[in-house]
Amino acid sequence: MLKLTDVHTYYGNIHALKGINIEVSEGEIISLIGANGAGKSTTLMTTSGVVPAKRGTVELNGEDITQMAPDDIVKRGICQVPEGRRIFPYLTVAENLDMGAFLRDDKEGIKEDLDYVYGLFPILANRRNQSGGTLSGGEQQMLAISRALMSRPKVLLLDEPSLGLAPIIIRQIFDIIQKINQEHKTTIFIVEQNANLALKAAHRGYVMENGAITMTDTGENLLENEDVKKAYLGM
Amino acid sequence: MRWINILLGLAVAGILGFYGIRELLADPVYFLELFLGGLVRGSIYALIALGYTMVYGIIQLINFAHGEIYMIGAMTALIVASVLGLWGWHSAVIAILAVVFAVVYSCAYGFTVEKIAYKPLRTAPRLSALISAIGMSLFLQNYVMLAQTPEFQPFESLIPDFAFWEPYAHIITSVELAIIITTVVVMILLGMLIKFTKIGKAMRATAQDKIMSSLVGINVNNVISTTFVVGSATAAIGGVLIACHVGQINFFIGFLAGLKAFIAAVLGGIGSVPGAVLGSLVLGISESFFTGYFWSEYEDVFAFTILVIILIFRPSGILGKHETQKV
Repeated sequence: MLKLTDVHTYYGNIHALKGINIEVSEGEIISLIGANGAGKSTTLMTTSGVVPAKRGTVELNGEDITQMAPDDIVKRGICQVPEGRRIFPYLTVAENLDMGAFLRDDKEGIKEDLDYVYGLFPILANRRNQSGGTLSGGEQQMLAISRALMSRPKVLLLDEPSLGLAPIIIRQIFDIIQKINQEHKTTIFIVEQNANLALKAAHRGYVMENGAITMTDTGENLLENEDVKKAYLGM
Repeated sequence: MRWINILLGLAVAGILGFYGIRELLADPVYFLELFLGGLVRGSIYALIALGYTMVYGIIQLINFAHGEIYMIGAMTALIVASVLGLWGWHSAVIAILAVVFAVVYSCAYGFTVEKIAYKPLRTAPRLSALISAIGMSLFLQNYVMLAQTPEFQPFESLIPDFAFWEPYAHIITSVELAIIITTVVVMILLGMLIKFTKIGKAMRATAQDKIMSSLVGINVNNVISTTFVVGSATAAIGGVLIACHVGQINFFIGFLAGLKAFIAAVLGGIGSVPGAVLGSLVLGISESFFTGYFWSEYEDVFAFTILVIILIFRPSGILGKHETQKV
């Protein structure tokens, strides 16, 4: 469904992605793990068109989206929850969700999805008129995921959904991610430092080092892999 | 330091309040006239300051060519009114068409200026865009001077003296009344646009986080263009109104009006829409009192002194944002 072929991305002179290949099939949960600065977030930003690739191609269902503007990529069904959640701090919770549905005109469908995300995260319904900046970290992550769901994405990109959250909240967020995958057949691509959690939730995983993919396998196999254990699981 | 500031502020407020009340009691009609005069000034400033503050809010650029957009609005209205006047059209039709043309032309100029002078510099250091803005301002002034004339041209008011308003006209003229009412209507419409419409929300979102806005599917370039167009439209309305009030215009009127509106925007807290309106009213009214009770020839000195004082004591302005954001 989503296919990155030999993707090279630069920040100025810094060669951040050195020819990576990733393939995500429909309905899958894929995890990309790796250390700080390995290029995980850049992979997502390149997919979303914010930092377009210099060389290589990004395809969605066979269509080349490498050089498309971010809003055109969202139109085609790829939606990202970026690192640090990036809630609009001075918009209310409800307005943040409205923005998620920016490209949609079907009032009924939007209403339906709004009820759906308020069902997933009831706390957001209680806080709907509060401005986004006043939410706690966990609530902001819930809002960020909900905002992305409001666009009815085919592919959901999640960047460090566990970052800075309490273990119990992380558990809840990952349960919901799996629930979304099962209920809506949404393809999910997670970037995580918390390798244990990410690989348990995923069907398949990729390991990234210094801008290159070094390993790929099923989530279970990677969890058992000695190198992965040593480098990322602290065992 | 903080206590000294507060004490100083209280002392100034006390002295001003004392004099204000004394003058009010001595001659209430004159006081009222000055107040209303200030309100009119403030309204015009507000119509221009909105463009400054909205553009600053969204791309952190002081659009110094904004005063010229206002001048172009007034110029266009003058040309359209003169031509239609020669053809002998009805004055109400002339007034409406003149305003429509002024708005359309100013919007076209505002849109084009952004595309030519600012968009290519979107990722450049902020100073580059600022210099580009000053260049655009000089260019537009000289372009209008060459295309039209450097001389002041009489501008016949498009707003008639309403007969029913005659008894009160010695306090506030029909034109002044029209200015205040138009401004209030424009402010309400603009407030609703920003608060409730989809494009208004997109403008606020873009002002807060451009990358995230693009990640929810907002076309950031379109939103920025829309902001310039909306700001240009209100500036054009301000230009036509002030031309009706003053009765003459030339290519240079945008310069000072633009600077004053900029001061008003900074006074209110640049980037904040309610701040721009509040700052404009405060500046207009205090200018009016200053010229009425002290020295009218130092009007501009007074405005710039206010700018210096704000920049020293409260650079973020009256309604400027201080809150820290949670990441």
